[in-house]
Amino acid sequence: MAKHIQTIVKANLSSTAKTGGCGKCQTSCQSACKTSCTVGNQVCVK
Amino acid sequence: MLNLVYFKEYSIKKNVHSYRQGDLFIAHDVNSGSLHVLDEGAYDVIKAIEKLQEILETVNTEGICQVLRQTGKTVIAEELSEILDELEELRKEGTLFSAEAENVLPMYPEKPIVKAICLHVAHDCNLRCEYCFAGTGAFGGSRMMMDVETGKKGIDFVLESSGHRDHCEVDFFGGEPLLNFGLIKSLVEYGRKAGKDHGKTIKFTLTTNGVLLNDRIQQFLEQEEISVVLSLDGRPEVHDRMRPYADGRGSYAKVTPLIKQFAAKRPESSPYALGTYYYVRGTYTHFNLDFDRDVLHMADLGIKQISVEPVVASPKDAYSFQEGDLEKIHEAYDRLGEELLLRRAQDRDFNFFHFNIALDQGPCMIKRLSGCGAGHEYVAISPEGDLYPCHQFVGQEAYKLGSLYDENPHQLKDEVVKSFRSAHVYSKPLCRECWARFACSGGCHAANVSFTQSLTDVYTLGCELQKKRLEVAFYLKVKEIQQDLM
Repeated sequence: MAKHIQTIVKANLSSTAKTGGCGKCQTSCQSACKTSCTVGNQVCVK
Repeated sequence: MLNLVYFKEYSIKKNVHSYRQGDLFIAHDVNSGSLHVLDEGAYDVIKAIEKLQEILETVNTEGICQVLRQTGKTVIAEELSEILDELEELRKEGTLFSAEAENVLPMYPEKPIVKAICLHVAHDCNLRCEYCFAGTGAFGGSRMMMDVETGKKGIDFVLESSGHRDHCEVDFFGGEPLLNFGLIKSLVEYGRKAGKDHGKTIKFTLTTNGVLLNDRIQQFLEQEEISVVLSLDGRPEVHDRMRPYADGRGSYAKVTPLIKQFAAKRPESSPYALGTYYYVRGTYTHFNLDFDRDVLHMADLGIKQISVEPVVASPKDAYSFQEGDLEKIHEAYDRLGEELLLRRAQDRDFNFFHFNIALDQGPCMIKRLSGCGAGHEYVAISPEGDLYPCHQFVGQEAYKLGSLYDENPHQLKDEVVKSFRSAHVYSKPLCRECWARFACSGGCHAANVSFTQSLTDVYTLGCELQKKRLEVAFYLKVKEIQQDLM
């Protein structure tokens, strides 16, 4: 186990540039805000 | 030992955000989306490399030691070596200092696939909210209601424009949409049937101020499984100052019991707005920079799904943010984060929408680059049947995309569609260099245009608020996972 750094979430976002884009996710602004872009507050529904 | 030659080409400032929040040192790897907790020594080393990149062309161990000593740190060779080893391990693994994402741009079919509409069923309102971007309901035009023919055409439009997408979204918006409840009932019935005929499902949502949310309407929303966004700003005096009736009386006393009653019907509501959900949504302004108290007020009312957002206002408005407000807003987000942790531990948890962060289960890169989809995947429809990129652009002639009454309503104005499609993260100079770029997706188009008159220049105060929210969101995520591991 590492002594100085603890990894909390291992993700591979970059790779989804090639695999993503299905468009099934909800329109972000509809969900709870209406005055800000909240894509980062969503989940992928794929 | 960390490969320091790598940092000749690689910018830490742009690709790794390391910061202190509460009692933690956190590093967010922008391109992989990974999250790490550091000890103070590791944090200092990353910051030292970042500093060296600003002042020198090369990064080496000697330089790191020098920067550390200049900042009053004691350098212990063995410890530095351990840290550099661990950093290298993570670099090789691709979870820290990971390679910049390829500039893959979102690809779109020539004809826009519109899957979501915002139906402005009423351009009138029973409140006169000070900060209303709809000009107290009328969007700069005359006060009017959408008729049933236009509403049905709107539903047909989204079903026909959504191509192979089998889920469409229809939001009833205003003004105050419940002023036209009869139309909403008709359109839900029509939409269910028309959706079936097209082999599609329509997800309905409603955004309301709550004034007319009587038992009959609540029952209808429950029965039809319509998701609802309800407006409440928080403490009575805060809410009433900004959300009065036309005669100046505050609306808190009327709407709060109704909103509480409705929220209680949906205890399992998804924080990520999945399925049938509710959110209670407020706006904070210069007048309540301690808006964390408003969020907690709502939580104390028993409301579990809360979204409170900064006002977007012209500097000439008294309630707009002023110089010096930013620090207070940051402090409010910090306090809110700590209070959330406390309540989580006491099993009095609630959800704050802007602290949602799914990381490894979040949206794909394509979605993050393209943003909200306004102007090509999402359009707003005025009571007259005019089409606009989103609800905030309604009434702005320069952004009009067409009309439901055009010979071919699907032929959206090409130059407007193109301008919105091309306003992605990489087209915005400030975003390209920002560590928050894949979480914020370039911000809100309407806010950007409102402040810079451009889709590709950003509203920088909004950027600062977004970055702070992310910092707290990451912190809460770390705490949540650490708690689960205990």
